[in-house]
Amino acid sequence: MKICKSINSILLVVGLLASSAAFAGDHVIKVGVLHSLSGTMAISETTLKDTMLMLIAEQNKKGGVLGKQLKAVVVDPASNWPLFAEKARGLIEKDKVDVIFGSWTSVSRKSVLPVIEELNSVFFYPVQYEGEESSKNVFYTGAAPNQQAIPAVDYLMNDIGVERWVLAGTDYVYPRTTNKILKAYLKAKGVPSSEIMINYTPFGHSDWQTIVSDIKKFGSVGKKTAVVSTINGDANVPFYKELGNQGISASDIPVVAVSVGEEEISGLDTGPLVGHLAAWNYFMSADAVENDEFIAKWKDFIKDDKRVTNDPMEAHYIGFNMWVKAVEKAGTTEPNAVQDALIGVTTPNLTGGVSAMMPNHHITKPVLIGEIQADGQFEIVSSTDGLVAGDAWSDFLPGSKDLIADWRKPLSCGNYNVKTAKCSGQNY
Amino acid sequence: MINKTKLFSYVLLLTVGFVFSSQSLATNGDFQNTINQLTTKNLKTKLQVVEAIIDSANSKVEFVLQSLLEGKVYYIKNNKKVVLATKEKKEYLVKELLSGNSLGKFSKHQLKKVGINNRIRQKIKAGLSMLNLKHADETVRLQAVKNTYKDINAVIFKKIETLIQVEDSDKVRDAMLVLMNIYLLNDTDSSVRIKAINDLSGNLEPIVKNKLIKLKDNDQNSEVRIEAEKALKNINSEISFFKNLETVFFGISFGSVLILAAIGLAITFGVMGVINMAHGELIMLGAYTTYVVQLLMPNNIGMSIFAAIPAAFVVSGFVGIIIQTGIIRHLHGRPLETLLATFGVSLVLRQIVRTIFSPLNRAVETPDWMSGAIEINGVLSLTWNRLYIILFCLIVFAALITILKKTSLGLQVRAVSQDRNMARAMGVRSNWVDAMTFGLGSGIAGIAGVALSQLTNVGPNLGQAYIIDSFMVVVFGGVGNLWGTLIGGFGLGVINKFMEPWVGAVLAKVLILIFIILFIQKRPRGLFPQKGRSAGD
Repeated sequence: MKICKSINSILLVVGLLASSAAFAGDHVIKVGVLHSLSGTMAISETTLKDTMLMLIAEQNKKGGVLGKQLKAVVVDPASNWPLFAEKARGLIEKDKVDVIFGSWTSVSRKSVLPVIEELNSVFFYPVQYEGEESSKNVFYTGAAPNQQAIPAVDYLMNDIGVERWVLAGTDYVYPRTTNKILKAYLKAKGVPSSEIMINYTPFGHSDWQTIVSDIKKFGSVGKKTAVVSTINGDANVPFYKELGNQGISASDIPVVAVSVGEEEISGLDTGPLVGHLAAWNYFMSADAVENDEFIAKWKDFIKDDKRVTNDPMEAHYIGFNMWVKAVEKAGTTEPNAVQDALIGVTTPNLTGGVSAMMPNHHITKPVLIGEIQADGQFEIVSSTDGLVAGDAWSDFLPGSKDLIADWRKPLSCGNYNVKTAKCSGQNY
Repeated sequence: MINKTKLFSYVLLLTVGFVFSSQSLATNGDFQNTINQLTTKNLKTKLQVVEAIIDSANSKVEFVLQSLLEGKVYYIKNNKKVVLATKEKKEYLVKELLSGNSLGKFSKHQLKKVGINNRIRQKIKAGLSMLNLKHADETVRLQAVKNTYKDINAVIFKKIETLIQVEDSDKVRDAMLVLMNIYLLNDTDSSVRIKAINDLSGNLEPIVKNKLIKLKDNDQNSEVRIEAEKALKNINSEISFFKNLETVFFGISFGSVLILAAIGLAITFGVMGVINMAHGELIMLGAYTTYVVQLLMPNNIGMSIFAAIPAAFVVSGFVGIIIQTGIIRHLHGRPLETLLATFGVSLVLRQIVRTIFSPLNRAVETPDWMSGAIEINGVLSLTWNRLYIILFCLIVFAALITILKKTSLGLQVRAVSQDRNMARAMGVRSNWVDAMTFGLGSGIAGIAGVALSQLTNVGPNLGQAYIIDSFMVVVFGGVGNLWGTLIGGFGLGVINKFMEPWVGAVLAKVLILIFIILFIQKRPRGLFPQKGRSAGD
């Protein structure tokens, strides 16, 4: 009798729990937003959090997804890499979110990865990164190196006629991997090692005198020289200032940056930057109806007419719309179904094209080269003819040349070696 | 009356317009047609259009090129007419490019900017340089001559040959001679080549060196090769001398930044013995004060820096006094707790700034007199902002030394730091002196912030980048000794800059830290230890 009663009460509790879960599930779909709102990375990530809130509010106005309203669950991992993993676990286990949009730095993504894979969730990563990764649970809406750095080098080589190369970067994983790929690429194009100078600086480096003087010297041998800069955020300001002060203009030695966008420039005195270049998949100045609408909505949402839009924001815009489409296609938010449904989904991007999710969980994007103008905007000086599909594993690194990622059945592998016909199972 | 003047000006305009158009009606029409081709999206075609504009020899070429360079040239979307537009609030004031007649106001959507890229910009600059060769201003002419070094060809050579006859400035004439000699290095006559080499010997322009290298390696005439090699040797030894000089300058300027950041700490940590982890944030507050001052006086950026110095001193000093009287005073003699508490304060200050000013970096403009460089020669150029900061650092240091040595506050500060109890017995209000000393050190940190705002980002994390360096300099120089801070700062700066080219910026920093660790093992009290009773043994 007693046992019966206790079983009853257990059943009751379980029933209550189930119904409360069902109750919650009936009305809302929870979307996790995992961006740093304090600490070093707040400078870039706060904007992405706001972008997500705007997109979610927008979708709710249209009637939500599957007839349910979306609810954003915002957490602050405070630029602290291990905290990213902890907060991701909290989002999935405690808040029961169905999808997470988040991270900026590669190290924070790597920190989140094991958690997302263990708990089998869906994660959208919106920032350009070094590649060499493809996870079942992660969807990379930012650029892989072949969608940003390599087209930038092609532009310099073919349109500007650059023969000597300075690869300057901040000392961490993204610049190091990117520069490794670029060096291999340049060598494959017949550039000798003596014409390549590689330089790394610490985070937040502010005294650029010697390095700029070295670049000047390297560029004064009569061959056209350019700098491909993977210098991270903060260190860029003093770098460009020093270039200006030492009299190196963009027409002498152009600098192509792959991590300087509208948002970063909005904090600078643009004088010394005019004419320097950046490679992205989106510029605020892109001439497209979708873009004008997006900018208007953003300024309206953030209630500031001076705020700019940038590439990672577009990545979230694409990623979010893809997710909405996939959920509607699958008819559920169940992770496995959504992951399968996402592959092949297409959605308009903000530059007038249509981006598609590839089987390797990367998307197709146009590559644009822009020149910085005095008003802090970019003049688009070159764009690829069509869209470029993101390449998870670089074709120019010996270790990953033969690898492909394809998450469609029956292959379902993020690391398939076409030579040995084996899937190593290690996706990152 | 009003009508009359209006009528009069209208008539005047008409006559001027008539005279102007009757003189160059045909050419202007053609010129406008050429200009209208700027609407092309293809940048290569655009480059050809710009070339055509330069070659057209129209009197308006300079104006058109200058406007293109400044990004004022737009075209009207529906009729593809190229015009001049200036932004006025939300609308654009549109004028005819050639005549300057107003076409009224247009909205942003009706216009499209004629964008240019680097190649076009370079072409325009070269075109302008050619025009500027006859400019009335000497410095403009000199720059124009120097800009043509790279593109020298037979046409330019001919032009220079005639211009040099009428040139009355020695500097410009010298530059023109260099330019002509550069061209003559490619002459078919070997004796002319040798003469050009000899005339260019000792010239440090990079292009001269590159041309000489080519001659040394490829010339058919052995005599030319030998002469070129000789001249190159000469140039190389001079270059290496100036490179070393440049490195010393870099080191001193880096050192002066270190000293500026550390000197406030030298007072709070060195003299008072308080480990203040929020020192970097006080620097940051100074930098933000500069930003706010610039916002308050947007039309006077040059003066705003001077106004910012006292403002930053007051703001940071005031915050420092609050920290001292509110927290540090209650933790007197407990260094570990002080360290933790001030670390907490630094976090709080950073987040406050983030909340008020947003986490984004703020743009502090550099006044014109602080940008650019003095070019000593082709190899060595000293940047103005660095020169000013070295000077500023020395002034701040001198002022601080004077305060500590010559004023009664300084006397009391020294008295309290040497023997607190005795000083109190003599009637010194030690609490008040502590607050003032800390305020002084904090205020100096604020002033450092003004200087740093010209060099680096003004953002919430500004202070973080300098706190370690500051402690390093103070400990290295000797705690409690301002002269030690000065020598230590310059020393570390120069060592760092000499190592950087060898081992790279990352390793240089690491090696400096290792060096200091070893140094402290040998001399725990730094370069200039305090002696006698104040050493506190």
